[in-house]
Amino acid sequence: MKMLKIILKQFTHKPVTTTFPAEPARHFDATRGHVVLDPSKCTSCTICMKRCPSQAITVDRATKTWTIDRFRCVICSQCVELCKFGAVSLATEYSTSATPSERGTETFSITYVKPERPKKDVETGK
Amino acid sequence: MTGRRTVVPFGPQHPVLPEPIHLDLVIEDEHVVEAIPSIGYVHRGLESLVDRREYADFVYLAERICGICSFTHSSTFCQGVEGLMGIEIPERANYLRTMWGEYSRIHSHLLWLGLFADALGFESLFYNAWKIRESILNELEATTGGRVIQGVCKVGGVRRDVTNEFLSGMDKRLETIESEMQEMVNVFLNDYTLKKRLIGKGILKPDDAYNLGAVGPVARGSGLAQDVRTSEYLAYQDVGFKPVTADGCDGYARCEVRCKELFQSVDIIHKIIAAMPDGEVAVPVKGNPDGEYFSRSEQPRGEVVHYLRGNGTKYLTQFRVRTPTLTNVPSLVAMLAGAELADVPQIVLTIDPCIGCMER
Repeated sequence: MKMLKIILKQFTHKPVTTTFPAEPARHFDATRGHVVLDPSKCTSCTICMKRCPSQAITVDRATKTWTIDRFRCVICSQCVELCKFGAVSLATEYSTSATPSERGTETFSITYVKPERPKKDVETGK
Repeated sequence: MTGRRTVVPFGPQHPVLPEPIHLDLVIEDEHVVEAIPSIGYVHRGLESLVDRREYADFVYLAERICGICSFTHSSTFCQGVEGLMGIEIPERANYLRTMWGEYSRIHSHLLWLGLFADALGFESLFYNAWKIRESILNELEATTGGRVIQGVCKVGGVRRDVTNEFLSGMDKRLETIESEMQEMVNVFLNDYTLKKRLIGKGILKPDDAYNLGAVGPVARGSGLAQDVRTSEYLAYQDVGFKPVTADGCDGYARCEVRCKELFQSVDIIHKIIAAMPDGEVAVPVKGNPDGEYFSRSEQPRGEVVHYLRGNGTKYLTQFRVRTPTLTNVPSLVAMLAGAELADVPQIVLTIDPCIGCMER
């Protein structure tokens, strides 16, 4: 009988759950959803690859690609904190479910171009 | 008792057990004479990874020892490394760790209460407990970024700060959650059916609890005021902590302790928010750990001990965890002796078994 009050109260409330994916999932500004890369800022310094606790990131300097294995990534955001160039960031949306063949790895082609050093003026030496 | 003795296997797959543990129940006329536990179904060998991961990165692994008390595992590990290296963490980081620790205690207890109600066949109560737990998980997600694995502790402090405006809003939301919990706890402690199922079942005498090394709500349900939070780690000395105990020594007493701890944790969070100091949340860490250290914390299930040994490199040489469930298994065996076979599932649940945590 103690429970009856709670149950009856629930009749006048709307459901607590959301009908994801028909409705977008609830998330906050702080939510760690998934890792994204800004290819124009990545300098291929490989600090994210070296310090990734789950070894999900591979950076290939030769082919200029940055690859993340979504199934290994634990979204700890260590790469976001370590990146000095602000290239890695977190998106708040969770990724929807997929099979490894569909969305196992995601590869970004790095488009960063090293800014050229201004040439020395021969006459003034500056 | 004239019947023949029969051995009934209980687990590793059983409807009340979310995780595998096996008990051989020696039965005589529907009464359990003896229970023989065997463990080792989900051993993952997490501890041995310590010599292959840098101590700063191992925090993420330590956190994954258990899915429910994940925050306490990471904070205990960080506390250990900080102790080894002699790091004094900022006061605000201490307070935030205490707050998140208490939040994870509430969410663990609500999870247990839900599972317990489900095991007793009370499904509407189970949904209600988990509904309240969802609001607690929302608070955790909004402050740390993660719902169950928070990933917010690091050696030298915490990785995220919470604004003071958010904290004052949290204070108000907690009052609503508290009134919801009040209604739910009223059912747990006063419902006729639940009382019939719990009172006098799974008796653990205070002497047995002490001798068998029971910890956490199992010990406190037998009247032993044992709680690591009285040893004043983190910010517990500032909030005037006093352990909750119950004298029933049965399943009802253990349930009562957990119900009361929900409100105690809410009180602690209110006090923490009121006294939250300003300042930095982390200090820079230099050097490597050297020496050995025992780090203790009170988890939702009881006392956890992390043993760490470093040799001056960035890899620790030894890491060992003693989790509360392992310590509570001898008490469980003592509780089961003499119980009726039909009560075994709910008696097993009253110790809040976390097998993944126990076997690592």
